[in-house]
Amino acid sequence: MKVLLFAHLQEQLGVSELELNWESQTVESFKKSFQHTYPIAQLDNVMVAINEAFALEQDLIQKDDTVAFIPPVSGG
Amino acid sequence: MSNDLFTIVEQPIAINELIDKVTRPEAGAITTFIGTVREWTKGKRTVFLQYQAYVPMAIKMFEQIGKEIDEIWPNTKVAISHRIGRLEISDVAVAIAVSSPHREAAYQANQYAIERIKQMVPIWKKEHWENGETWIGDQLEQISYQK
Repeated sequence: MKVLLFAHLQEQLGVSELELNWESQTVESFKKSFQHTYPIAQLDNVMVAINEAFALEQDLIQKDDTVAFIPPVSGG
Repeated sequence: MSNDLFTIVEQPIAINELIDKVTRPEAGAITTFIGTVREWTKGKRTVFLQYQAYVPMAIKMFEQIGKEIDEIWPNTKVAISHRIGRLEISDVAVAIAVSSPHREAAYQANQYAIERIKQMVPIWKKEHWENGETWIGDQLEQISYQK
């Protein structure tokens, strides 16, 4: 799965994109695993998008999906 | 500028071209909203801003807002353009044009569009203050994410 990072998350990790060879899993589990693996302060208010659509905690991420962490937005 | 109704651009937004996109014979009203970079926010001075977007998803969300507007106010036409990259004070960050047969729908739909953008379109603003910088994490501008 490809992981996209934006805003402060991108700066915390120093990359905008990661390629992970993880098993397919729920959004909830993915967020936990990600936080354990990478030095991210917190993901509590961060939404997840799968293939450019907002996902729920129980939605399944497949191995070839593009996952994006979406911090609270501030456009406009 | 492209003919697409929904765009993310790195150059200044051409507002007249945005208006042209919604201009049509059946319209009797066109409203525009122009969001600009504000210098002072609650006593803090902004030097410049940087906007970042998840571009393909942001475009999809703009399209969704367009569909929502069409359901609530049938026979309106909406065009939205958001700029990303470095913006200076008074630069145009976002412009929305809505046309409708009568003015009420154009006003209401335009306000609906900017509120929805602020809720759900994946675009982020980084404030560069005189004495530091922060990604803004919500639209009340009360929470920010430290580097």
